[in-house]
Amino acid sequence: MEKTAAIYIMGKKYEVPRELTIMKALEYAGYRLVRGVGCRGGFCGACGTVYRTEGDYKIKVGLACQAIVEDGMYLTQIPFFPANKSNYDIGEAQPTAEEILKEYPELYRCVACNTCTKSCPQDLEVMDYVQAALRGDIAKTADLSFDCIMCGLCAARCPAEIVQYNVGLLARRLYGRYVAPKAKHVEDRVREIRDGKFDAEMDELTTMDEKELKKLYASRIVEPA
Amino acid sequence: MYTERLVELMRKVEETREKRMTQTIPPFTPEEKSQLLHNFHPDYKKGTKRKIRVGPNKDAEVSREFADLIEAYSLVDPYEFDLSQFQYDVDVLVIGGGGAGCSAALLAQENGAKVLLVTKLRLGDANTIMAQGGIQSADRPSDSPATHYLDVMGGGGFHNRRELVRALVMDGPEVIQWLEELGTMFDKEEDGTMVEIHGGGTSVKRMHSARDYSGGEIMKTLRDEVRNRQIDVLEFAPAVELLTEDGRCTGAVLYNLETYEFAVVRARTTIIATGGSGRLHVQDFPTTNHYGATGDGLILAYRAGCTFLFLDTIQYHPTGAAFPEQIVGLLVTEKCRGLGAQLVNREGDRFVYELETRDAVASAIIRECKDRKLGVTTPSGMECVWLDTPLIDIINGSGTVQSSLPAMFRQYTRFEINMSKTPILVYPTQHYQNGGVEINDRAETGVENLYVAGEASGGVHGRNRLMGNSLLDVVCYGRRAGKYAAINSKKVIPGKLTLEHLKRYHHELEEAGIDSKNRSPMILPDYRREDLKSKTSEIF
Repeated sequence: MEKTAAIYIMGKKYEVPRELTIMKALEYAGYRLVRGVGCRGGFCGACGTVYRTEGDYKIKVGLACQAIVEDGMYLTQIPFFPANKSNYDIGEAQPTAEEILKEYPELYRCVACNTCTKSCPQDLEVMDYVQAALRGDIAKTADLSFDCIMCGLCAARCPAEIVQYNVGLLARRLYGRYVAPKAKHVEDRVREIRDGKFDAEMDELTTMDEKELKKLYASRIVEPA
Repeated sequence: MYTERLVELMRKVEETREKRMTQTIPPFTPEEKSQLLHNFHPDYKKGTKRKIRVGPNKDAEVSREFADLIEAYSLVDPYEFDLSQFQYDVDVLVIGGGGAGCSAALLAQENGAKVLLVTKLRLGDANTIMAQGGIQSADRPSDSPATHYLDVMGGGGFHNRRELVRALVMDGPEVIQWLEELGTMFDKEEDGTMVEIHGGGTSVKRMHSARDYSGGEIMKTLRDEVRNRQIDVLEFAPAVELLTEDGRCTGAVLYNLETYEFAVVRARTTIIATGGSGRLHVQDFPTTNHYGATGDGLILAYRAGCTFLFLDTIQYHPTGAAFPEQIVGLLVTEKCRGLGAQLVNREGDRFVYELETRDAVASAIIRECKDRKLGVTTPSGMECVWLDTPLIDIINGSGTVQSSLPAMFRQYTRFEINMSKTPILVYPTQHYQNGGVEINDRAETGVENLYVAGEASGGVHGRNRLMGNSLLDVVCYGRRAGKYAAINSKKVIPGKLTLEHLKRYHHELEEAGIDSKNRSPMILPDYRREDLKSKTSEIF
């Protein structure tokens, strides 16, 4: 028999192969998952998990689809956490500290305890971006929160009841819409298409004989890397 | 963490790196490519497909895993199911909460419709959120929709429906602009110019990205917008059957995955945006797809009378992770190759031009392992090849892997592998459903008042999709479906809710002698330990 680990799923003991991820261990144990499972690749944030190991007081976190089981692991998934989400109009919003604080005034309650950062399975500097948001540094908030998958573990543990991931998302949308310069070449191309600049060429291509089309394809010049 | 043996084998990659950097590998000629595909692409493997025995595509060949679901009875009994009352009454019903579904919901609402979006898992749990590499759009001055069109057609083997390709490439820049205005954070130069690179099969650099969280960034933005606009959303409520009257779609039956109850929706128009089917594990391949990618929408649409296009062709992403065991099958984004990473065999030799179309690169890797026996074997016995990722930093500057591929870097760091310093092991993985339900450029199907958008549809990508055209597809056709379904809904008089189409389909199944125990759609895969499945029982 392969080496096993004793894990405690919501307090109940199961013996599972040592090399499994938490998610595969749950399934090995017989769970058919509906909640707490999503992309299974570390991108969707559905499978945030908190755990402790025997003899250690520290609470640890991981994504069930990415973290490997450990012997003596006590775990539970947090598939959902009630979180405050402001409904704003991105077209009316302003890229300012006032805007962010208007939407999420609880940011003032941040006591800089750093628990959010310690709770992030993506190892992001969560508290730093919360502090940047307080200062109205939208670029920094957007940059530091960029890799956030919105699993919600930070919000679940925040004593100030801040929903960090929604603050980060607001900052990124404000940055993308107002702070980053617009892509002028995209705007130009949209106008050209609306003005019908490519219509004749596209008409020709859509009705072209397949042989001709293949010839055209084969003679494309590939832009150097 | 690599084993000693793998570290030993890795030396060959390191020794040959410098020489390989200046080496040019020519793309395949059309004849070489065609021969390679026929000999090594899994689509052509004998004994893996069978003819469908019922429905509009009767006698067409598809993979057995698809045929099993197509030749199956509904989860509801058309003779017994109570349709006398409906719980929801809307203009536009959107089935699916990924990139296509959210885009459709937003545009439908903008066009004045009362919208209900239903989804199997959470809003945003979809393949879109996992897409890493980027999204194509011909918006650089040196590029044009015509060039993009040619790339798409060639990539798809010239089988693509041309009107669909035209709409795709002509909408591209507007899609990017729409996303930009919604606040999607694309990678840009300081003056706002989009950073654009090559993908497999592109002749011009037109891959826009958001680090390697491109789909994630788009999905998070769209999902947030759906919530901001307070569009009604039902999560954990997959549609399990459509409703029809005289061949027109009139709504759907939902199933609550947590309370096990059915609900009936009456809708003037319905949009299927249920995505792909990687979780069918065709030919036992691992998959990059999310947990809910079980092709449910295909089954519903087919029973209602829609036809399939190119459902026999699956895209295997050339580079799925092959090591460590815990992440086998997960995506290693094509952006790695776009940034210069090379594919290398056990001897340290390159064997394919890395930016060929995906079908060709995947086939070349399979040939290298199965035919030429030049693959590397992992501790679990999997044959694979190296992807020389350290080249990315060497070519683009130190730190590029971490800044441009943070998701990939994090993925491997979790398993104590530094991919900016050591190569990684890869093998093809089931990635994308190239075909699907036949639509036109308004996302309309052959069934009146029923629309399909995104991966569930077929024709846009022919027999092989290019990187970056899926994110474009879901937004482009999601928007089109939403818009046209909303406009059309104003003219539609709400219909009767019946399962007449299902009675006919069941009758056909019976005539064909198909076992009444076969049920579909699948809803979710079952990954419980095999020996446990037979021991379980629902006793209360």
